[in-house]
Amino acid sequence: MSEPKRITTPLTDETVKDLRIGDSVLITGTIYTARDSAHKRLVEALDRGERLPVDFNGQIIYYAGPAPAKPGRPIGSIGPTTSYRMDPYAPKLIANGLKGMIGKGNRNEEVIAAQKKYTAVYFGAIGGAAALGAQSVKKAEIVAYEDLGPEAIRKLEVEDFPAVVVNDAHGGDLYKEGMATYQRS
Amino acid sequence: MRKLDVKEVTAAVRQLCIDANVYLGDDVVKRLKQSLEREESPTGREVLKKILENVDIAKEDQAPLCQDTGYAVFFVELGQDVHFTGGDFSEALNEGVRQGYKDGYLRKSVVSDPIERKNTGDNTPAIVSIDLVPGDRVKIIMAPKGGGSENMSEVKMMAPAAGVEGVKDFVIDKVRRSGANPCPPVVVGVGIGGTFDKCAQIAKKALLREIGSRHPNPFYADLEAELLEKVNKLGIGPQGFGGRTTALAVHVEVHPCHIASFPVAVNMQCHVSRHKEIIL
Repeated sequence: MSEPKRITTPLTDETVKDLRIGDSVLITGTIYTARDSAHKRLVEALDRGERLPVDFNGQIIYYAGPAPAKPGRPIGSIGPTTSYRMDPYAPKLIANGLKGMIGKGNRNEEVIAAQKKYTAVYFGAIGGAAALGAQSVKKAEIVAYEDLGPEAIRKLEVEDFPAVVVNDAHGGDLYKEGMATYQRS
Repeated sequence: MRKLDVKEVTAAVRQLCIDANVYLGDDVVKRLKQSLEREESPTGREVLKKILENVDIAKEDQAPLCQDTGYAVFFVELGQDVHFTGGDFSEALNEGVRQGYKDGYLRKSVVSDPIERKNTGDNTPAIVSIDLVPGDRVKIIMAPKGGGSENMSEVKMMAPAAGVEGVKDFVIDKVRRSGANPCPPVVVGVGIGGTFDKCAQIAKKALLREIGSRHPNPFYADLEAELLEKVNKLGIGPQGFGGRTTALAVHVEVHPCHIASFPVAVNMQCHVSRHKEIIL
C-alpha cells in the first residue's frame, strides 16, 4: 500500500485532480454524513429551487448513519453504507459543487461521468470496521433533518480519516482494476 | 411441563442483542487471521488488519462492531414442554430488543412501513422463526442482519434440469455481481430446495453455522469447498479493492422439494458475521 496522501477539506479541483485510484488518503477537516432519506430530501429541495440546509460547495459527503454516541463520546460506531442507493441523487449534488463522496461499493456510469465533468472523487472506506471508524471523528453535530434519526445530516470534524480512492476524476475505477489484477481462472 | 416467566426471555434477549453486536465469534476471527496470512494483495492485507483491529476496539469500547446493528433476526427452538407465564412471549422478546438496542447504544434501523419509511425508533419488530422441538428448554439464537449484505441476496426458482452446475453458476455470478457492496470478505449462505420461502430461510440458517464446519453430506461438503475456491478466484478481495479473500466461507443447506421445483437462494453476509445464542 502506498504512503497515504494527507488531504484537508474543503477540496479544491487541484487536490481532486491529483488523486488517483488506489491512493490511500487521510482526510482532515469537516465532512457531512447523508444517506438515503437525506439525499431524497436534498435533491427534492434542489428541484424546487430551494437553498440547501448545508452548503456542500467543495465538501465531502460521507454515506453513513452512525450508531448512537455513548455519554462522553462524540459519536458511536460509524462506517460507510452501500453507495449505489445514492446514485440517483449524486450527479445533481456534484453539479452543485460537491467534490467528494465516501462510501462503499460500485457507482453507476452517471455518477462517474459527473465526477469527470465537474472534478469530484469517490473514496471507499472500510465497511464494517465502525468501532475503529469512530476514532477519527473528533466532533459531531446534527445540522439538518434531525427527524430522520440515524439518517439526519451530521457535520463531522475528522482527523486523519482513512480512505482509498475508488473512482477518481479521470474515470478510473479501482474495483474493476483490483478485480482484474487478482482474478484467476 | 416447565413454567418459564417471559421476563427471563426479555432479559436474555436484551443481552443477546448487545453481545451479538459487540463480540465477533472466535470462528470468524480465526478465519480472518488465516485469510490475512494468505492474502496476496497489499491493500487487501491492510483491510484485513483493520477489520481485525476493529474487533479488538469494539470489545474494549463495548461498542458495536458495525454501525449497522441490523434487523433483529431470531431463530427459536421451543421445547414443547415449556409453558410461558407472566405475559406474551412475542411481546417479551420484542421488549428485549427494545431494551438491548437502547442500552447497548445500537442503531435503530427499522422503518414501520416500506413505502412511508418512518423509523420505529426502537428497532422492533423483530423477525422470529419458531421451531417446536421435544424437551422443556428454549434455545434463542439472535443474528443481527445488516442491510448492505442482505440487499445483495437473491432467490431463484430454477428448472430442475439446471442441476448442480446451475447452482454453481448462480452462486458465483451472484458474488461477482455483488462486488464490493456486501462488505467482502463475505460468508455465503446457500439454500437449495424446499419452497420459495423455505430455501431463503435455510440459506439464512446456513450463515449461523460455525466457520470451518463442513456439511455432513460429503457431496455438499465438496460443493461448499469448490464454491469457496471459485469465489476466491474472482479477485474481488477485501472490500472489493482486489485480492484473494472474497469469501471466508460458503455454507450450503438443503431441503426436499417439489417434483417440479428447484429453488436456490443465496443469502450474503458481510465479514461482521454476527450471531449469539442462549438456552433457557
